[in-house]
Amino acid sequence: MSRSILAGIRLPWNSLGLVAVLVLLVLFFSNQSEYFFSAVTFRTLANQIPTLTVIAVGMTYVLLIAGIDLSVGSVMALCAAVMGVLMADAGWPLLPAIAASLLTGLACGSASGLVSARWAIPSFVVTLGMLEIARGGAYLVTDSQTRYLGASVGRIGEPLAGLGVSPALLAALAVVAVAQFVLVRTVFGRYMVAIGSNEEAARLSGLNTVRWKALVFALAGLLAALGGVFQLGYLQTADPNAGIGLELSAIAAVVIGGTSLSGGRGSVVNTFLGVLIIAVMQTGLAQLGISEPGKRIITGVVIVAAVLFDQYREPLARRFSRWRLSSGARE
Amino acid sequence: MSADTSPLLQTRGLDKQFAAPVLRGVDFSLHRGEIHALMGSNGAGKSTLCNIIAGIHQPSSGSLLLEGSPYRPASIRDAEAAGVRMVMQELNLFPNLSIAENLCFNQLGNRFGCISRRTLKTNARTALARLKLDDLDPDLPVSALGVGKQQLVEIARVLAQPVKLLILDEPTAALTDPQIDQLFLQLDALRHSGVGIVYISHRMSEIQRVADRVSVLRDGVLVATETASNMHVDRLVHLMAGPAMMQIPASGAAPAPANQRAPEPAGEVALRVEGFGRERAFSDISLEVHRGEVLGIGGLIGAGRTELLRALFGADVADCGWLHLAADGFSRRHRFKTPAEAIAAGIGLVVEDRKAQGLLLDKSIAMNISLGRLPQLHNRLGVVDDEAITRHSELLCDQLEVKRDSIAQAVRQLSGGNQQKVLIARWLLQDLDVVLFDEPGRGVDARSKLRIQQLIRELAARGKAIVVVSSETEELLALSDRVLVLSNGRLAGEFDARTVTEETLLAASFRHYAQPGQNPAPGTETGT
Repeated sequence: MSRSILAGIRLPWNSLGLVAVLVLLVLFFSNQSEYFFSAVTFRTLANQIPTLTVIAVGMTYVLLIAGIDLSVGSVMALCAAVMGVLMADAGWPLLPAIAASLLTGLACGSASGLVSARWAIPSFVVTLGMLEIARGGAYLVTDSQTRYLGASVGRIGEPLAGLGVSPALLAALAVVAVAQFVLVRTVFGRYMVAIGSNEEAARLSGLNTVRWKALVFALAGLLAALGGVFQLGYLQTADPNAGIGLELSAIAAVVIGGTSLSGGRGSVVNTFLGVLIIAVMQTGLAQLGISEPGKRIITGVVIVAAVLFDQYREPLARRFSRWRLSSGARE
Repeated sequence: MSADTSPLLQTRGLDKQFAAPVLRGVDFSLHRGEIHALMGSNGAGKSTLCNIIAGIHQPSSGSLLLEGSPYRPASIRDAEAAGVRMVMQELNLFPNLSIAENLCFNQLGNRFGCISRRTLKTNARTALARLKLDDLDPDLPVSALGVGKQQLVEIARVLAQPVKLLILDEPTAALTDPQIDQLFLQLDALRHSGVGIVYISHRMSEIQRVADRVSVLRDGVLVATETASNMHVDRLVHLMAGPAMMQIPASGAAPAPANQRAPEPAGEVALRVEGFGRERAFSDISLEVHRGEVLGIGGLIGAGRTELLRALFGADVADCGWLHLAADGFSRRHRFKTPAEAIAAGIGLVVEDRKAQGLLLDKSIAMNISLGRLPQLHNRLGVVDDEAITRHSELLCDQLEVKRDSIAQAVRQLSGGNQQKVLIARWLLQDLDVVLFDEPGRGVDARSKLRIQQLIRELAARGKAIVVVSSETEELLALSDRVLVLSNGRLAGEFDARTVTEETLLAASFRHYAQPGQNPAPGTETGT
């Protein structure tokens, strides 16, 4: 128990609430639509979520250090474009193309992170710039043409024989597990929490805050690239217009997962639950025949409600612990 | 001075208590057309008295009379309605609004909320002209001005409203000599128009120049009110220090061990500082700290002590001068650019503002203690060793007597004293050669304070070199072996803590404020 407490993350309490919401949603949609609780639905979900999952994991880290990364959608498109062009036009095999794609993402993230941390420019502005740069890069690389890759990348998104899940989903789950472990159990994780809680205190206790902040953005870029690889595997096309607005879906998932926008508090597992909630809602609402505008309005309400709930949870928890303390433990 | 017999302001038996009494039975009076200087060492109660007059605090008991009728402002607004205004030491301007907008902030628009640029500018010009600031363009944003000009705009803003009683808190700290002359001309004009002015300053030269009377506060008691022309530095220091030293600690706790302590054999030098300087903060600081020694740094608030510690630690970067450390055999000269560098070289700093700059308030005691030491408390993969953190934290909390439910408790829930202990524990865990303490006893209850003092002495006894900045003379003398005094950013003397008197320290504290034109030299040379 001391583990989760030390990292400042009350994991079970938060996660249980989100799991409850998720279960309620599944029950609701299963009740409303006879098609919802079926293999087809879950295969669709399993195909859709890997990209958003890994990108939201990177966003969790960024929000945890009280930053924001608006560029992940564009960076994802650029990385997928690089991969698509290398495979379709230059004839590269799959693995080197994936490596090139990941390096592209890492480079974009590092650039944003270094500029923002080194010169203390708000990450909002720097990543807004990167959003444009990467999108422009994606058009440039593809000559604004979508590349069709077909079966050569299909393996990434196809279910593995015997397991029933795709390599992409497995990789995304592995990313969630590793990222949660890093956050809760490693020095780097503690440093992110410290920087997000009080950056000046972290600096004065000897942290190289510039380096750690840059690293977080580099990771977010890398994970955006990974999301691009998954997207390519699923759609089998490299579209320079892919991922527009994806950064906002990622932020929504992170926020529904209870990570604080002001930094210092968050959980990767809860972000994953946030991704699932969004995905289930999207699919379920579609099956109920609710139009696209209606879906968006409902999603918007859920996001605001989640943050509202989060705002009130903190004072309530504090009042509770103060009440507990008033039994004389305090001076 | 006015011949009018009833004073403009009178206080009768004014008491104010926060945790401890801050003002005790203060009878203070101010006449129309008088400049009344208020002096005292750190924490004597000057600011509290002014805050009460300006409506920021309310007295615990006692009464105030303004022009003979009862005056009890519940807020700054009340005080301002009565014509009582205070110019704060911190600037209260909006940096991105223009000078004119700042000056007329309270009546920016007409009744439709529209701003007439012309009216605004005219009013601003009038206000600026009062301080002979005609050359300032009212359309300029305030952020384009230097600190001195901003201070003058702030004063102009206060004077743009009707004023009967004006309170100035160290108004000249950021001003150049010609600006000071300008200000004094204006104060003179105000005096002739019957305004009463309370003037807080350390600068004796200024007080002799402008003040009619001087009142001296000591430990919340108004000990003397005299004609300014009769007051000189020696007498002032004598009044502020009070009768013979050897005072019993106010807490009533065990007496501090300052004077009984056997003289420690001075160890080798651990830290040597040469020619340290930072613009607008301090200049030409050279000092040595020995192993096993506590070096105290005294001086008035604003003398540059915090800035010196921060620069030694790399929290701010010094403009000139070097550190040399025994840790590397004095083979290298250092000027740290980040705290990380300083810590790697064996220096730690317990910061003054622990809530804003020291602690992660919502995080656990254990996390706060281990924060600086994490690089050592993990395995090869970077996985944190929580067993070790728990063990170390528990041990340190027991040793420092941190009152807690568990080490998983959020630091926010601890008392000030226990928060301070947690912050100190962070550095104890690191085992550094040199530890700097900035106001270790601030906001700390009497018992914790004593424990922290003991702890600092223990650290010295274990061979650490310690530097302590404290505004409480009592604490400074209880802790230190030697005391350096900073005055207006420069060294003003070195004393043996066992023999020095409070009076001597005070005299040194005022030394570099005594002559005019001695604000810390701007533009000290960079590099060597």
